[in-house]
Amino acid sequence: MKHRYSRRLILTGLALATPAVILGANRWLPQDLPWDLPDSVLNSGEWLSSRMHRLIGRKALAREYTTQDISPVFRTNGATLPKSPQWAAAASEGFETWRLRIGGRVKSPGQFSLADLKSLPLRRQITRHDCVEGWSAICQWGGVPLSSLLNQVGLQEDARYLVFLCADKFGPWQYYESIDMIDAFHPQTILAYDMNQDPLRIKHGAPCRLRVERQLGYKQAKYIMQINAVATLAGIGDGNGGMWEDLAGYAWYAGI
Amino acid sequence: MAASTEPEIVLKGGDVIARHALSTRLWHWISAAVIVVMLMSGLMIFNAHPRLYWGSYGANPDPAWLEIGNERDQGYLRVGNTTLPTTGVLGLSPGPGDAMAKLAFPAWATLPSDYDLSKARRWHLSFAWLLTAGTLVFGLWSVLNGHLRRDLLPRASELSPRHIASQLGHHALFRMPCGAAACQYNILQKLVYLGVAGGLIPIMILSGLTMSPWVNSVAPWLLDLFGGRQSARSIHFITAFTLVLFVVVHVVMVVAAGPVNELRSMITGRFRLPRARSANPEESRE
Repeated sequence: MKHRYSRRLILTGLALATPAVILGANRWLPQDLPWDLPDSVLNSGEWLSSRMHRLIGRKALAREYTTQDISPVFRTNGATLPKSPQWAAAASEGFETWRLRIGGRVKSPGQFSLADLKSLPLRRQITRHDCVEGWSAICQWGGVPLSSLLNQVGLQEDARYLVFLCADKFGPWQYYESIDMIDAFHPQTILAYDMNQDPLRIKHGAPCRLRVERQLGYKQAKYIMQINAVATLAGIGDGNGGMWEDLAGYAWYAGI
Repeated sequence: MAASTEPEIVLKGGDVIARHALSTRLWHWISAAVIVVMLMSGLMIFNAHPRLYWGSYGANPDPAWLEIGNERDQGYLRVGNTTLPTTGVLGLSPGPGDAMAKLAFPAWATLPSDYDLSKARRWHLSFAWLLTAGTLVFGLWSVLNGHLRRDLLPRASELSPRHIASQLGHHALFRMPCGAAACQYNILQKLVYLGVAGGLIPIMILSGLTMSPWVNSVAPWLLDLFGGRQSARSIHFITAFTLVLFVVVHVVMVVAAGPVNELRSMITGRFRLPRARSANPEESRE
């Protein structure tokens, strides 16, 4: 009996002491635990995921929702008003002078006005936007499938990626993003110029933004000015394929 | 029959038996390490948006059922309409130097300690593969080698409310089984271990996968299973803390049952059956 009592006492004491121990740990634990593994190990998970994703369901479609599922307020993120003079000049004229330039490894580089984009077949889709931070918002996007523009300019054989150069900056860094040709020709990949059946608003990336529906929010480049087809991402920015990839180490493949 | 002619072996307190198979021990320790990494990196990922929602969408303009934040130098945890002051731990905690850090979960609980979403994601999404592979292999192995049927699935007699209630009573008093009775898992252990390996961990993996936009495109049924991406995120969080609760109770029970013997059995597999702890000599002889 005695034995059991003392054990119970110890346990009760431990349980009561737990909050104090946790709070105390605060003070004597090093603030930055010496936990680290080489990037080769830590990147393996995202690499495995991207390989798996390319293996299974290259053509699978993102879920499309109904009008009842649309978020009452679509949260903005990142830049809401670019400072680029070129973009600002176009914005002041309702984007009539705005031109989307498509160049790089294409057969016939082209320039497209907003009216040109709107003359091409429109695709509308109600999809979910997932931020890497964890939140989600749903709205209806309307725009031109990227594949129809790519078919107009024609890709050269060594074109492997599309790089989107944007008008907005984060501090001194220009926003850019890139996708591969699997996503570029995916039927739900569009350059969206309208949102919930209204012209895309400035805070959401006017005059047009990318929607690549099976990836996270930082791939959905806003304020697109130019699209370049390239053979490699090396030499663009720091070579990681996007501003956030360069600056903060986010994965280039943002499907998970 | 050969078996009937062999003398019956009666196990008693003090006997050493082979308790845990190598597969169980490996899975136990791999999972223990992986779950620590997953929890700490998961808390860092949560810090990027410390609000939880139900349904398909959910962002700052939408109502959150749980939120950790700070307001006028006060950290708080809000669940529904209830707000708890949590300054020092949640929402506002000691940061580098004398400054207070406006983090949902404090630096000591997250991996990495600094706010670094991309690094936390790399930890989380790499170790997730290990957790998934380990659980699949162990699950399959447990079916094949009989661990599931022999040790984990409850027998009908064990499921009577009376038996469960009496076991609950014993556990509440830290009165652990001894002698031959300690050879097998008791009903509470069976239910809890089955619930963790066959319930909580699979729910954890599936609700995590449901947050991936690519997985949503190839397995849209997962969205329906969990009731939308933000519900999956909430369930992922709730399941994580249920696992934390399990670990706490599990460790307390290990300490109560004899930490050296229990730890040894999970490392070498060898387990000494406890002797009865009774003043009655008849009983202690078993």
